[in-house]
Amino acid sequence: MYTLEDLKAHGLSLDEYQKIQQQLGRDPNPTELAMFGVMWSEHCCYKNSRPLLKNFPTTGERVVVGPGENAGVVDLGEGDWLAFKIESHNHPSAVEPFQGAATGVGGILRDILTMGARPIALLNSLRFGPLTDPRNRRLMARVVEGIAHYGNCVGVPTVGGEVAVDPCYTGNPLVNVMTLGLLETPTVVKSAAQGVGNPVLYVGSTTGRDGIRGASFASAVRVSETESLLGEHCQQDLPAVQVGDPFLGKCLIEACLEAFATGAVVAAQDMGAAGLTCSTSEMAAKGGVGIRLDLDGVPARESGLQAWEYLLSESQERMLLVAQKGHEAELIEIFQRWGLQARVVGEVLAEPVVEVWHQGSRVVEVPARALAEETPVYVRPVLQEPPTYVQEAWQWDPATLPPCNCRGIQLGQEIREWEQVLLQLLASPTLASKAWIYRQYDHQVQNNTVLWPGQGDAAVIRIRSQKFGSGEVPALRPSRKAVAATLDGNGRWVYLDPYEGAKAAVAEAARNLSCVGADPLAVTDNLNFGNPENPVVYWQLALACQGIGDACRALGTPVTGGNVSLYNETLTPTGSQAIYPTPVIGMVGLVPDLQLICGQGWQQAGDLVYLLGSQAPVSLGGSEYLAVIHQKVTGRPAPVDLELEKQVQAACRHGIRQGWVRSAHDCSDGGLAVALAEACLSGSQGATLCLPAPSGRWDQALFGEGSSRILVSVNPAHRSLWEAYLESQLPGQWQFLGQVGSPEDPLVLTTAEGDPVLSVSLAAMQAAYHGTFADHPDPSHFQSQ
Amino acid sequence: MAGVRFGIVVFPGSNCDRDVAWVTRGLLGCPTRLIWHRETDLSGLDVVVLPGGFSYGDYLRCGAIARFAPVMGSLKEHAARGGYVLGICNGFQILTEAGLLPGALVRNANLHFICDRVGICVERQDLPWTSAYPQGSTLTLPIAHGEGRYTCDPDTLKQLQDRGQIVFRYAPVAPNGSVDNIAGICDPSGRILGLMPHPERAADPDLPGQDGIPFWQSILRSFAA
Repeated sequence: MYTLEDLKAHGLSLDEYQKIQQQLGRDPNPTELAMFGVMWSEHCCYKNSRPLLKNFPTTGERVVVGPGENAGVVDLGEGDWLAFKIESHNHPSAVEPFQGAATGVGGILRDILTMGARPIALLNSLRFGPLTDPRNRRLMARVVEGIAHYGNCVGVPTVGGEVAVDPCYTGNPLVNVMTLGLLETPTVVKSAAQGVGNPVLYVGSTTGRDGIRGASFASAVRVSETESLLGEHCQQDLPAVQVGDPFLGKCLIEACLEAFATGAVVAAQDMGAAGLTCSTSEMAAKGGVGIRLDLDGVPARESGLQAWEYLLSESQERMLLVAQKGHEAELIEIFQRWGLQARVVGEVLAEPVVEVWHQGSRVVEVPARALAEETPVYVRPVLQEPPTYVQEAWQWDPATLPPCNCRGIQLGQEIREWEQVLLQLLASPTLASKAWIYRQYDHQVQNNTVLWPGQGDAAVIRIRSQKFGSGEVPALRPSRKAVAATLDGNGRWVYLDPYEGAKAAVAEAARNLSCVGADPLAVTDNLNFGNPENPVVYWQLALACQGIGDACRALGTPVTGGNVSLYNETLTPTGSQAIYPTPVIGMVGLVPDLQLICGQGWQQAGDLVYLLGSQAPVSLGGSEYLAVIHQKVTGRPAPVDLELEKQVQAACRHGIRQGWVRSAHDCSDGGLAVALAEACLSGSQGATLCLPAPSGRWDQALFGEGSSRILVSVNPAHRSLWEAYLESQLPGQWQFLGQVGSPEDPLVLTTAEGDPVLSVSLAAMQAAYHGTFADHPDPSHFQSQ
Repeated sequence: MAGVRFGIVVFPGSNCDRDVAWVTRGLLGCPTRLIWHRETDLSGLDVVVLPGGFSYGDYLRCGAIARFAPVMGSLKEHAARGGYVLGICNGFQILTEAGLLPGALVRNANLHFICDRVGICVERQDLPWTSAYPQGSTLTLPIAHGEGRYTCDPDTLKQLQDRGQIVFRYAPVAPNGSVDNIAGICDPSGRILGLMPHPERAADPDLPGQDGIPFWQSILRSFAA
């Protein structure tokens, strides 16, 4: 009935087609086949990654909703429930960076909203190729504009994130967006359809031909095929990338929260990937019921839409609700007041089928579970030995680098002094100030931002109910409670050691939360990987998942959901090139009292500087120093000691809550010297510090990277209490480094004997740190890696 | 509860309405009403605030659609009765579109949205909006806008200067390229104020930046007098 080419156009294999035939007991018609194509794509059903995700811990005393719903929910106490989730929009952003990024923001906002939560914060994690390439620079600038466009208009502050640059992301940028939301409903709004005979409401924007097959587009095997898929759309003037309207998005947030407050909404589901197909089949399958959908009732933005076009459209700002019978009019009135579409388009059926009607005839009749739950799963063999590239990297010996001493390193004919190396690192795009980016994001709207971007290792947002609307404003309760949030991932480390690199990402996320004084609570993860059909990529994915699972178990931060983005590859002259395996960890933490938090910059001249976890091993393997100064991506990153990690973080949080610690900064990318420079830059003050003679090389001591290290400054009045506490809690795992200076003082490092190591003025560091991302007409300002 | 009665207009797309209410109701304890843009009853209100955001998506031009909202006729009557009107950010843009303040706000000179804390010079201390600021104060206030570059023709600028209608200037320079560093202006009576900075985002003792507190105290003080 169908050729292999037909099946391939829907991203289906012959085996998968036969499975569809078995489930239906007949051949699917073309509309049904299109629905299976999107629902059985990796993007919608995680057929390659699901077996690997089983290893994650998903429960805990704070977890209200774990994986499987639109977002995870954790209990913050006193009836405050926080919904949070991460989502990627890598493939759309590669093609149309502005709309790709904008709709990435819009989509994750609706996932949070669907739970009954008002979105209160956005974060993003971005990866680009070298900014010396004008194409990468354009992608970066347009992605940032797209995020700003949606987030600023919709009125949700963009409070944090991370950006890294590496050649492997050329042509395949990563755009991961995380949203936090505070529940406004008494219980979580679920997505399971309930109550036979209840009406199904379509609300929000109209349906058009935009974004058709976006899900299968995102799961296409390679860019070459992606491009042909896109080309096919372009020929028909059908963009595969959706177009967002943040104004409608804002109205949808307000209208949905009002609708939820009536108590008349039984279930809700965002129409994201695979649009009406996904929302109807998932809502029906989860509820163990069926849904009849009448496409003639769906408001269209253009005439002549075919049934499959309605069903696959990914037009934005749309939701599907199941309402209590008899309450339709009340709900429709709310959405119309906000200028939105709202129509009854079907009803809940007893028989568990998705039944679609178009122009008077039934065009689809498929068991809901076949589309949404009985989807293919591929358990692939995992390589027993690390692949060759990893084994080779692990053989690398730092002794093969040129000789160095306490003043600098021999590079060619000259000695490059550590001052110059530090400034070069501070200017590298991965480490440089991102102020040019976050200055374009409204990070203060909603009046709850406790730490601005760049002030701390994690964002801190006050938790305060905003549940009131038109009319007299009721008494508003003050609140001292806050949440902290962070996104972390180091693709280079995971590439060189997927298991330890993924552990390190979880450890760093928790450490960043601890550095602002928050207790880490739970995780949402975004797995950005290449083609899983490649055994090396699958090995990376399998080991990274093990690492995430083990670290989350050890640190007590269960995974409440996440996203998987596979097939992140670009074509090179020699074939297909996967990105670095890049798991991005989103973590949230609880701040019991927003007065007891901490930024990363020095606060007061004379404060004492300590390094916690000082005996933890560090490595030059996979370091920023090795990549930027020596153009090498090799070696083995330091393994993570999760027990030490917990102790170091607990000590930091205790010091903050006692009022002893006045600044805390994670010592990670760029190593100790860069962390010290960042504390100077953020606090606009210098410091004078003394380093004990290293057991290994000087560059390893200054720029070696590892986990479990935190740099803190402490009020000298509390020195004896603090040191006694450290000696009891972290014996042998801390060291005193020196003192914070004034705004006029440079950053000075000396050896234990007092010999100079480096001395850099604040002005020189600022020039290097702030010069990389800026409005430069001349592209040569974008320093290469 | 303090005596000043605030009204905050909610257009579709407004997104600082609750932020202002948090300050006027939550922190100042003043009675505050959120007014849906289709309402026309502004009776009993002392100060009507047009908040920041993207009214009607800022389609066509910032504030260009909002000026036709039913509430705007009542707002003009409120102003004519001697009522106070405060337009913050998008609210300032709406006031210029509605002709309640002169000039226009156009795209920032660097073509980017700018969210930052910037220096602001208070040019007049004799207004109900500024009396609590010490003479010659320079403040730090948050801004967050893509179209905040104030512009007007030379005659209008001269009038603004001559009549002392320039209330706030960026200091030392306008981040958005505003003419004469203008950050906020009032009408000749001083009762209608429009400004791009967000005084409501710098008024909470629990959050960083508090230079907006005297702005709100000034309003309370002027009604207490």
